[in-house]
Amino acid sequence: MTGSEARSGTTDAGDTRPSVNQREEAARIVAGGLEAVSAAGSLEELRSLQTELVGKRSALAGLGRTLGGLEPEARRVLGAELQDARARLEEAIGARLSGLEQSERAAALESDRLDLTEVMGDSSRGHLHLLTQTRDELEDVFIGMGYRVAEGPEVEDDWHNFEALNLPAAHPARGMWDTLYLDQGDTESILLRTHTSPVQIRVMETQAPPIYIIAPGRVFRRDTPDARHLSTFHQIEGLVIDRGITLGDLAGTIESFTSAYFGPGMHSRLRPSYFPFTEPSGEFEVTCPICAGGGCRTCTGTGWIELGGCGMVHPNVLGAVGLDPEEWSGFAFGFGIDRCAQVRHQVPDMRVFLDNDLRLLTQF
Amino acid sequence: MRTPLSWLRDFAPIDADVERLTELLNELGLVVDGVSRVGEGLGGVVVARVEEIQAIEGADRIRAVVVDVGGTPTHVVCGAWNFAVGDLVPLATVGTVLPGADFAIARRKMRGVESNGMLCSGAELGLSADHGGILVLPEGLETGAALTEAIGLAPDVVFDLDITPNRPDAMSVAGVARDLAGAMRIPFAVPDRPAPALRADGPGAPPAGAGRETAGDRDPVTGARVATEDASLCPLFTARIVEGLTVGTSPAWLTTRLTLAGMRPINSVVDASNYVMLELGQPTHPYDLDLLAGPALVARAAREGEVLRTLDGVERVLGLGEHPDCVITDGDDRVVGIGGVMGGQSSEISEGTTRVLVEAAYFAPMAVARTSKRLGLRSEASARFERGTDPDIAALCADRVAALAAGSGGGANLGAGLSTGHAPPHSRIYLRTARLNALLGTDLGDAVVHGHLERIGFGVSVSSPGEAEVEVPGWRPDVSAEVDLVEEVARHHGYARVARTVPTTTQVGLLSSYQRGRRHLRQVMAGAGLVEAWTPTLLGPDDHGLVGRGEEAKGLSLTNPMSREESELRRTMMPGLLRAVRFNVGHRNENIRLFEVGKVFAPPPAGRGLPEEGEQLAAVLAGPGDDATAAVRLWRTLADGLRLQDPGVRSATPPGLHPTRSGELVAGTAVVGVIGEVDPAVAAAFDLEGRLGWLQVDLEALAAADRLPTAVADVSSYPSSDVDLAFVVDESVPAAEVESTLRRAAGELLIGLRLFDVFRDQALLGAGRRSLAWRLRFCALDHTLTDGELAAVRQTCVDAVQSAHPAVLRG
Repeated sequence: MTGSEARSGTTDAGDTRPSVNQREEAARIVAGGLEAVSAAGSLEELRSLQTELVGKRSALAGLGRTLGGLEPEARRVLGAELQDARARLEEAIGARLSGLEQSERAAALESDRLDLTEVMGDSSRGHLHLLTQTRDELEDVFIGMGYRVAEGPEVEDDWHNFEALNLPAAHPARGMWDTLYLDQGDTESILLRTHTSPVQIRVMETQAPPIYIIAPGRVFRRDTPDARHLSTFHQIEGLVIDRGITLGDLAGTIESFTSAYFGPGMHSRLRPSYFPFTEPSGEFEVTCPICAGGGCRTCTGTGWIELGGCGMVHPNVLGAVGLDPEEWSGFAFGFGIDRCAQVRHQVPDMRVFLDNDLRLLTQF
Repeated sequence: MRTPLSWLRDFAPIDADVERLTELLNELGLVVDGVSRVGEGLGGVVVARVEEIQAIEGADRIRAVVVDVGGTPTHVVCGAWNFAVGDLVPLATVGTVLPGADFAIARRKMRGVESNGMLCSGAELGLSADHGGILVLPEGLETGAALTEAIGLAPDVVFDLDITPNRPDAMSVAGVARDLAGAMRIPFAVPDRPAPALRADGPGAPPAGAGRETAGDRDPVTGARVATEDASLCPLFTARIVEGLTVGTSPAWLTTRLTLAGMRPINSVVDASNYVMLELGQPTHPYDLDLLAGPALVARAAREGEVLRTLDGVERVLGLGEHPDCVITDGDDRVVGIGGVMGGQSSEISEGTTRVLVEAAYFAPMAVARTSKRLGLRSEASARFERGTDPDIAALCADRVAALAAGSGGGANLGAGLSTGHAPPHSRIYLRTARLNALLGTDLGDAVVHGHLERIGFGVSVSSPGEAEVEVPGWRPDVSAEVDLVEEVARHHGYARVARTVPTTTQVGLLSSYQRGRRHLRQVMAGAGLVEAWTPTLLGPDDHGLVGRGEEAKGLSLTNPMSREESELRRTMMPGLLRAVRFNVGHRNENIRLFEVGKVFAPPPAGRGLPEEGEQLAAVLAGPGDDATAAVRLWRTLADGLRLQDPGVRSATPPGLHPTRSGELVAGTAVVGVIGEVDPAVAAAFDLEGRLGWLQVDLEALAAADRLPTAVADVSSYPSSDVDLAFVVDESVPAAEVESTLRRAAGELLIGLRLFDVFRDQALLGAGRRSLAWRLRFCALDHTLTDGELAAVRQTCVDAVQSAHPAVLRG
């Protein structure tokens, strides 16, 4: 712009040109102004400079007011020059303003700096017990398969815990459960349930089939705790009573559960076993979750982990609750919640759960 | 049940590798707990005779032993004490690497005495689990001979089987072999005579049937007789007499098998009895005939208070139970044995025995089970009898024991086989193929189904297509109904071959509202920063006393607790949680705030029957600064989380809690729990210091408490206004009472009420009074409140409080 003005200055007529003084004054103002703007050290200083340089009372404005006395052509030329001078100053002020704002913000931010790694205090989150989390997850798998959750008392009578489950008094198989009894005069009539199976009886006594339930809960055995067993522990029981239920249904249900809970690629297998309340009876194993079936110490190299017992509900059990075994059939299965947690989380010794040690409980 | 493969091969030509056999056994439900290979790596082990045993000076655990190894005396040091001079023992010579060991036996010095080898236990040789002492070998072996050759031990495999209690047949080698042969579709047969594969010096051909054809209840030659006076206890009683025998050590092939099967050889007569029990499953009992008063054995019910000293040396009192005990008596009606459980000491076989009466009976399983349980006396015999032996083989087994005992003793005569009573008839079961397929989800044909059964000894008579009558063999007392046959077919068909299906239900799976509420409650607790604990259901009587709950617990204590500390059902979770706090304090864990959701118990209403049980939430706050106020804040969080209607705290003094810093929890009008601080004396009893906040809620009461309406409450778009009111209130008036007066008086415009300041200053406020300041927030749904409206509602509130309570507005 300066260049073009210089060129036009050399070609235009003398009387139409602004006086040299006015033009020098404008150039002086611009030069001095630019210098002052670049020297402004604070926003405050810059704002007063702004008033001084481009405000209504500025020298530039004063020059502008002299335009009226000029010839139209000279007025046009000087007006353009003044406009240009004003624009240059305003541009410089604007640039300086944003520079100053940035550095002031930078300074403010710097003084506000926080080392996020020097923050004190740990997580204040609480924790559900690992066994609760395991139980909830197991429940959710079966709820997804259409089951309801049934519960029963932890202290039971002989009928529900044994007799109705096809375990009459002095049945040798009662030795499979070391039982704790309540001292109530009558010997061995009231006991701490040794398994969650009595819930099966209670459900069948009160609810007509079809029945699809699971029964999680605490059970008790008169056993000395070791690395794999506690004398108080938790089981989850499943019971299905419907028309036409088969051993194939049992095997398929356990397989579905296995891959839902332990993950895809995890499988189950059944082998014959014995429980008085089921016939045929079986034990089920699942792919070892530690080695995914490859064989490791946990599964003693077999690739399989024994999880629980299962079978087709014995006709005597159906008879004990008044169901006709020719009309209804069903299956039941049960396994340890604690054992599930132990296997999945590789807990070396169950007895750590007895301490309620926060160092353990807060890991999950 | 330890089952050597070589022994199984006495019954069936089993030819498969160990892995396949293990798989087959598992698939049959004869679960293999372990497989051991025996008889390998014993090349350096020789037979040695103990010549001399000397104490070593300064050592009280080891002794110097000189053994003869085929003419060469060898000095060894040994730490076992179960052998004597003259015994034959196995010596691992220098350089031998024993099975399972990773080092060679070296020549070494112990306490200055040189040891040139090692005397071995059964476990060290890999022959048995017995590491209780040196394996004492049977007489008659050549010293210096290689052990494996001397005892006829070929490399063998021993399967350790876990036999379920329904399978007495599989508690014998024959039974396992029968099942295996069925699955492998190879022939199975019980040999007529003892025909061990390992025999070199096995028994001569015994006169197995001799005298049997004249069998009755009385031996015409000796006059010995058997009788059963109670057929419900002992339906069948057989016996056999052997005379002129010498009690000694059994032949090596027999002791080797006993050892591999996990039994210690005793003497030739007892070993014969044990051998037959392991082989065929029939326990027998040999009596020294000369020690019986009269050559007779009678099975009858014990009379009340009859006494017998059993073989284990314990005096047993009989006939005291609700059900009769079966005893065996001699000719003088003297008790000499407990039927099916254990014999008496008085007629025990000894070295001097020459005449033996071998008893092989069939006892009623339930009777044996009851007696064995009542006496707390279990034996290999009772384990088999209570599950049910095969009555059809009792006489055969008496003969076989007699023959084996005679054969090893030499020069013996066998008397007549005696028998009285009857074996129970075989049961016959109607089997429908369609029913079987319906239960298994299979599509098996008659021929397949019947084939599976016949191969394991069931008799099948087809009545019409799809229907058959099945005769159950004597060795399968567990099979009594159609469904049992279904299991047999399933076992032999293979569980793995049943196609898998998943049943479908129209039922929607979901939690009950109580169960959902319980999960929610736990999440609120965890969200509030608490950690969930699981403490024991069983406590000691002292625990209850310590927390002020030592009241009589009739009907809640155990008859057979593991220990006094676990002898009562808990009535409160306080002892368990305080103990958990103590553990964590002891381990310098921080921020100890625990909760538990679990059952607590109350005595049964009539002192007997099922106790009352209910679920509780208990929380203990032992973090920095925790006290009763922290517990109250936790309660507010819980009440908010569960959307309780009108939750509150009322004054009360619950047991175990601080008498002046605790109360009870209410929701509406219902009491739902207790709250406050643990009584300092209780805390001290659990070795804890400082204040401990405590919250305890009954889950059933909580579930029944009213919840806030499900409909959303409108939120105003007009500005709200705050009014602060401070009252000087007597200490006797709980803040909550003033607050509820304020709430009532403030009416519908009140949208917030918060106690924000409490202060005490005796000079300013007077004694027994404190200042309580509330901030009330008002708002209308449809307009901005005017100053006039606010002034009016403020005055209403002030008037209400001042007239209802000893309270004065502070200026």
